[in-house]
Amino acid sequence: MTAGAVTTARAAPGGPAHRPLDASLGAQLRRADRGRQIRALLLVAPLLLFLFVNFALPLVLMLAKSIDGREEARALARTGAALASWDGRSAVPDAAAKALVADLGDLRGTPALSMVANRLNYDVNGMRSLVLKTARRLPPSGDATLAALGSIDPLWQRPEQWAAVLRATDRITSFHVLAAVDARRDPAGGITMLPPQQGVMREIFLRTFWIASVVTLACIVLGYPVAYLIASATPGWASVMMMAVLLPFWTSLLVRTSAWVVLLQTNGIVNKGLQGLGLTSAPVPLVFNRTGAYIALIHVLLPFMILPIYSIMKSVKPDYVRAAVSLGASPVTAFRRVYLPLTLPGLASGTLLVFVSALGFYITPALIGGAGDQMIGFFIAYYINDTVNWGMAAALGGLLLLSTAVVFLVYTWLAGSSSPAWRS
Amino acid sequence: MRVGIITTCALSVLAAVAVMRPGEASARDLTVAAWGGSSQAAQKKLYYAPFSAKTGTRIVEDSWSGGIGILRTKVQGGNANWDLVQVEADELNLGCEEGLFEKLDWTALGGRERFVPGAAHECGVGSVVWTTGLVYDANRFKDGPKNWVDFWDLKRFPGKRALRKGPKYTLEAALMADGVEPKDVYKVLRTPAGVDRAFKKLDEIKKDVVWWTAGAQGPQLLASGEVALANIYASRALSANRSDGRNFKVVWNQSVYAIDYFVILKGSPNRAKAVELLSFMTQPEVQKDFPGEANQGITTIAANKQVPKAVSANLPTDPENEAVALALDVDFWVDNVDQLTQRFNAWASR
Repeated sequence: MTAGAVTTARAAPGGPAHRPLDASLGAQLRRADRGRQIRALLLVAPLLLFLFVNFALPLVLMLAKSIDGREEARALARTGAALASWDGRSAVPDAAAKALVADLGDLRGTPALSMVANRLNYDVNGMRSLVLKTARRLPPSGDATLAALGSIDPLWQRPEQWAAVLRATDRITSFHVLAAVDARRDPAGGITMLPPQQGVMREIFLRTFWIASVVTLACIVLGYPVAYLIASATPGWASVMMMAVLLPFWTSLLVRTSAWVVLLQTNGIVNKGLQGLGLTSAPVPLVFNRTGAYIALIHVLLPFMILPIYSIMKSVKPDYVRAAVSLGASPVTAFRRVYLPLTLPGLASGTLLVFVSALGFYITPALIGGAGDQMIGFFIAYYINDTVNWGMAAALGGLLLLSTAVVFLVYTWLAGSSSPAWRS
Repeated sequence: MRVGIITTCALSVLAAVAVMRPGEASARDLTVAAWGGSSQAAQKKLYYAPFSAKTGTRIVEDSWSGGIGILRTKVQGGNANWDLVQVEADELNLGCEEGLFEKLDWTALGGRERFVPGAAHECGVGSVVWTTGLVYDANRFKDGPKNWVDFWDLKRFPGKRALRKGPKYTLEAALMADGVEPKDVYKVLRTPAGVDRAFKKLDEIKKDVVWWTAGAQGPQLLASGEVALANIYASRALSANRSDGRNFKVVWNQSVYAIDYFVILKGSPNRAKAVELLSFMTQPEVQKDFPGEANQGITTIAANKQVPKAVSANLPTDPENEAVALALDVDFWVDNVDQLTQRFNAWASR
């Protein structure tokens, strides 16, 4: 693409003497350009197709799960219609009870019954067994009144259960997306926040971004000097130091996390060392808390910071800094005005890599952090694997994707406006 | 020459596609997925290897750590690579209702009455009976804790506590520590006030708790001295006694036990072989040696009678242990695990 743009730019300034030829030449050039572009497109077409089928499409399908309520709406179609005019508070009309009995009668013995029961249970505790129990003991359809349902379980006489049923009949549902930010619809249709003892998702999101930011900052502070050291060392030393960076990079994540538990535990080497040196009198809690999570995450992600910075530093000629110093800049000024801006692209890609990777971490904080140090990835995995609430997992994943995209946009904008080197 | 290369490439791609065709799944060996660790090692030694030797059926092993989502994906994806899977009771109930598992023919398996109560299910055969309970290092405390009240007593038993990072088993222990009788635990926990009570009790020791996620962490936390008392799987602790020479004691009083099951995934091409293996594994003379290897209880009545007292004293199925223990209420957890996990996480964050 860039090559094509350059060619066009060069062809454009034609002198007045060539004017008669200019139009046809321009057209020819454009045609040649188009041909080249089409060939280039054809070359990457398999890759684009692969990306679309294996990445974009599943992503969109998964995200759609967060608002897709069609299956439930279809399964409870009659109940939904019967409840359409219900105000959410008063007694439920018998017609709705009759419709529910008819719907459950059709669902009985199919996997859809379990699907509906699970979906209702996400909303109101205990709905799953209530629905399954009711489906087992359905009254005959002629006798399907609210009282008959109430005799199966008195819970059916409470409007909360019916409000949950009504919420599950929306073809496009906001239920999971609201739940992902600790909110829900009340029976009247408004949005209310969950009580603080149940609402946890917003805090987990903030926590995830906070942990990722701290880890990224620490990686910058630790990684930049290391990259400089490797880039400016003799080849022998550089390869030794590079090995020291790469060896843990190649080691299994789980092994590194467990190793940190062994090192940091109350009677571990680090604590024994600190006490032996007389730095502390009692063991310092370094593991199963936020400190441990930070240490392990920084260690795991540090190579992602060092490698991009190093590769950029290798391409910066020492002559530039020397020239700056010879022109009278102090070492600090030479670093700040010359070296730092030149290495900024490496720093920028390292920061992005570390930050985005940190956002998705869950094994490391799960094993080495405390109960209050879990990140959002842990909960997405929990909803996918353990409770099979894929709608909720999709909503959380979508929110994470969205907020990451916002961070990314802000970031490229900042990086683009602050450093000319970054733009190239 | 060039054409030759292209033809060769195309042919090999075609061949690869042919090999990967879903229909080929029927040619694979009987695949069993269990939970790893000492339990699966014992299964291999006592069940799979002798079965293969006897029948000539090759068995491929895999291990997993639960999650109905994985089974649903495998079955509904239409190309499950497991045949027989050891599942927990909540996965058994959920999966059976969703039609993920084959329904079992109990007459072919020798009748439900051969099994301990609860071990014969329309979709699953009880494989092991496991326990989670109070475990401590007897080298550290001579006169150890006897119940959950002692577990909460930070003065008499100083040091940290290990609990599972989640509401399951944790809320039960908290209520028993607050004086609720084992038989009333789930009755209390089914009321909102009971849940509040459990979390309030947990507040008392919150800052002294180390939360574990993987079963293997429990014995490690005790062995390293990181925690003084732990609510962990008994079999893991007892296996550490044997393999690492530890002196862990399991308090059977107020422990929580449950049954794991073997299920056959729906549409398994090796269904007949899987049933054959199920029958083999539940023969009393085959099953009776399992507890001695894995420190887990077994599910046929006849095999339980043949377990020597020295071994059965360390099993949840021992009458003395069972009398003072609490059976995990699977229905309660299937209904409430979502909301209580959310509440637990909110509580843990503060």
